Amino acid sequence: MLLRHTTDKIIEREALTINPAKTCQPVGAMYAALGIHGCLPHSHGSQGCCSYHRSALTRHYKEPVMAATSSFTEGTSVFGGQANLLQAIETIFTVYNPDVIAVHTTCLSETIGDDVNQICQKARTEGYVPEGKFVIHCNTPSYVGSHVTGYANMVTSMVKHFATVSTTPKNQINLVAGWCEPSDMREMKRISTQMGIKTVMFPDTSDVLDTPLTGKHEFYPSGGVTIPELVSTGDSKFTLALGSYSSEDAATLLETKCKVKFSVLDLPIGLQATDKYVMALSRASKMPVPDSITADRGRLVDMIADMHQYLYNKRVALFGDPDTLVPLTEFLLSMDMKPVYIVSGTPGKKFETAMTNLLLKKVPEAKFKNGQRADMFLLHQWIKQEPVDLLIGNSYGKYIARDENIPLVRVGFPILDRIGHSHFPIVGYQGGMGLIIKILNAILDKEDRECAEEKVELTM
Amino acid sequence: MMSEFLTGREKQIVRSGTTSEAILCAKPSLAGSVSQRACVFCGSRVVLYPISDALHLIHGPIGCAVYTWDIRGALSSGPELHRNSFSTDLQEKDVVFGGEKKLYASLIELIDRYKPKAAFVYSTCLVGVIGDDLEAVCKKVGLEKSIPVIPVQAPGFNGTKKDGYKVACEALATLVGTSDREIPKFSINILGDFNIAGELWLLLDYYRRMGIHVNATITGDGRVDAIRNAHKASLNVVQCSGSMMYLAKLMQEKYGVPFMRVSYFGLEDMSEALYGVAKFFKDKDLMIKASEIVKEEFLRIMPVIKEYKEKLQGKKAAIYVGGSFKAISLIKALRLIGVQTVVVGSQTGTSEDYELIQQLCDEGTIIVDDSNPIELSTFVKEKKADIFIGGVKERPIAYKLGLGFCDHNHERKEALAGYEGMLNFAKEIYATAMSPVWQFTR
Repeated sequence: MLLRHTTDKIIEREALTINPAKTCQPVGAMYAALGIHGCLPHSHGSQGCCSYHRSALTRHYKEPVMAATSSFTEGTSVFGGQANLLQAIETIFTVYNPDVIAVHTTCLSETIGDDVNQICQKARTEGYVPEGKFVIHCNTPSYVGSHVTGYANMVTSMVKHFATVSTTPKNQINLVAGWCEPSDMREMKRISTQMGIKTVMFPDTSDVLDTPLTGKHEFYPSGGVTIPELVSTGDSKFTLALGSYSSEDAATLLETKCKVKFSVLDLPIGLQATDKYVMALSRASKMPVPDSITADRGRLVDMIADMHQYLYNKRVALFGDPDTLVPLTEFLLSMDMKPVYIVSGTPGKKFETAMTNLLLKKVPEAKFKNGQRADMFLLHQWIKQEPVDLLIGNSYGKYIARDENIPLVRVGFPILDRIGHSHFPIVGYQGGMGLIIKILNAILDKEDRECAEEKVELTM
Repeated sequence: MMSEFLTGREKQIVRSGTTSEAILCAKPSLAGSVSQRACVFCGSRVVLYPISDALHLIHGPIGCAVYTWDIRGALSSGPELHRNSFSTDLQEKDVVFGGEKKLYASLIELIDRYKPKAAFVYSTCLVGVIGDDLEAVCKKVGLEKSIPVIPVQAPGFNGTKKDGYKVACEALATLVGTSDREIPKFSINILGDFNIAGELWLLLDYYRRMGIHVNATITGDGRVDAIRNAHKASLNVVQCSGSMMYLAKLMQEKYGVPFMRVSYFGLEDMSEALYGVAKFFKDKDLMIKASEIVKEEFLRIMPVIKEYKEKLQGKKAAIYVGGSFKAISLIKALRLIGVQTVVVGSQTGTSEDYELIQQLCDEGTIIVDDSNPIELSTFVKEKKADIFIGGVKERPIAYKLGLGFCDHNHERKEALAGYEGMLNFAKEIYATAMSPVWQFTR
């Protein structure tokens, strides 16, 4: 037993976090920044942070992840990081020649009081930033929020630095992608294209973190939202913010700055969330829903109907990020499954409200918690009290899955030990089908392996 | 166009046989470079984490704990406590009012719950600047709970990863000498093997067959009690020079335990390690047994190696690893299977090692300290390498370039040390160099 120390008896913890269900802000900012074309993320802090975040993203995507660091030393921590950041900006434009440098801070630079806004301003006025190139920044103190907060902050900073109103409105819809995979971003764009709608998605990591092998290492892969596209978001007709934790701030700022109205939706995970996405797209663009999309929807419903006897009443434990967990919980409920335990390390009231709304009537026994000490240890203790049939979450779930013999479906960040998440979506009707297949395979494979010999069924 | 080299880095790159100048190393990375290096905290954490019956509490924001959570496949034959992630998850209010209370409460909660043999408490960048008195809290808890509670002063900005190794050694040094059990003669400590993929267990088998008693393993499959008694050994056998030399030197000064630097990678170096230990004890019997093992293993392994060599002849490799000492063994091991090394680099190499590498390599081999992806890509293309040996961040770059790859770092899945390890290494290099996938990329 890897987690042999975990007991079912819950002891109140005041201070300690065990096996967290979150990480810190900067990695989110780095991931979001990679969704800008020709962007080099920059970590303003010690070398380790940048190295860790690159490693985490590399392990999750099996792709090269490029980012630079201010390489703080002991001296920097005393005298401040201005000199390092200015030197870094100069070095990066000379050596790596990106279109944009996206600076995020760290706990260190925040605590010593570096004013990155002022330093970036200084870099611009003193000629460190070549003509036609950009430096954007956001504050991502590691001791506030979680990796999701960092993602949201970098996305908001894209609006802050680029979105502009011109004299000609554009017949396009902004899609602010909440934290999801390149495959999901690609699928959300595919759906809008299928409806004949022109959209600008930001950030967009498709074709950045799912690139083909060509024999050449592209330092700046072909994907990502471009600067002109980001600028044009101020002229768009409407904004759909997908996932309130990771995209609402950006949409709000875009409205304040450029008067682009918006609505906040869940990430389109599952039937109902996808319905809402498709309808919102249709409303905003005044375009009808094409038959091909209706047929996709029908196939998803058909699949649920075909297999609902195997899904009914299955108890599920989930962990990860609120923007994924909320629509995922809704999807599980629509399949008559029972999401009974849910944890997220990401703090904020919205999670609790959303979960209460979803679960209060349908699964009154459900336990959920987010923020500090809403960790994997707590989830495991709940599972030990009363077991579940399925676990959904990132790779860190594998310890619990093994100890308790629960099938694990990998969804979320990070996934370090399986592939597919960057290639096959979980959003949209097709993504929903993919997810059901994963869930069913996990449950039925276990059933086939472990049921009594005489009960092995050929037809299911 | 991206310029190929960072100005000011020229002295950190040399070509073997073309200059008499020594390579410049142990230099902080240039701000703005896409360096492959990590931080002091990382260095201390990777060294100490395999001690599996100790508690490892990260005092800092959540990230530092998450990114070092079970990242290194350091196997334990017993406890698995080290595979959990414990953090004080510092919040904004802790930054303002200090995190000492939270640290104290966390430590008490942890020790009550897990009853560990010792606790290591790591400071991080944040703790380094908010000024929590780690030492005082550790001392207090240590007295209350009657176990060693050891502060690991590792703010990330306080140097490089290598400085973190030193911090780890200092922490270990507080444990060494706190127990006094008698141990058999011919006792050694194994320093600097982390039991990744079970490598340590191969070494233990060789030493056992020789009649050597292994006292403490530091830190692979490590245990607190054994480390406390480590000073009773007659010899410290040190691998991975970067991480453990400091402890070896400390133990020599304080307890008079001599040390010997070895490498377990490759047949030559592995055999030399066994002979070296036998020679140290000046015992005829040990030497006979060592040569028996070497003979037996060579007879078993060489025919297979020969087959690989024939197939791999003419292949070229690029090496970029954490420490330079390991690179030396790799060059030799690759040569044994017919592979020529054309690029060698490390994150935190020493000038002595780099000098040896220059002598060891063929003329024109590129030797580089603290490199970055652009340099590495340029070098492997220029030298037409077929295989890259490196760590997590290098793997996908190598693949994108259409090169084979072997992880000789935390993520190796097969033991690469010892005789068995040489076979695994040859097999891995062969599998990746000869994979049919590369023909589809050209």
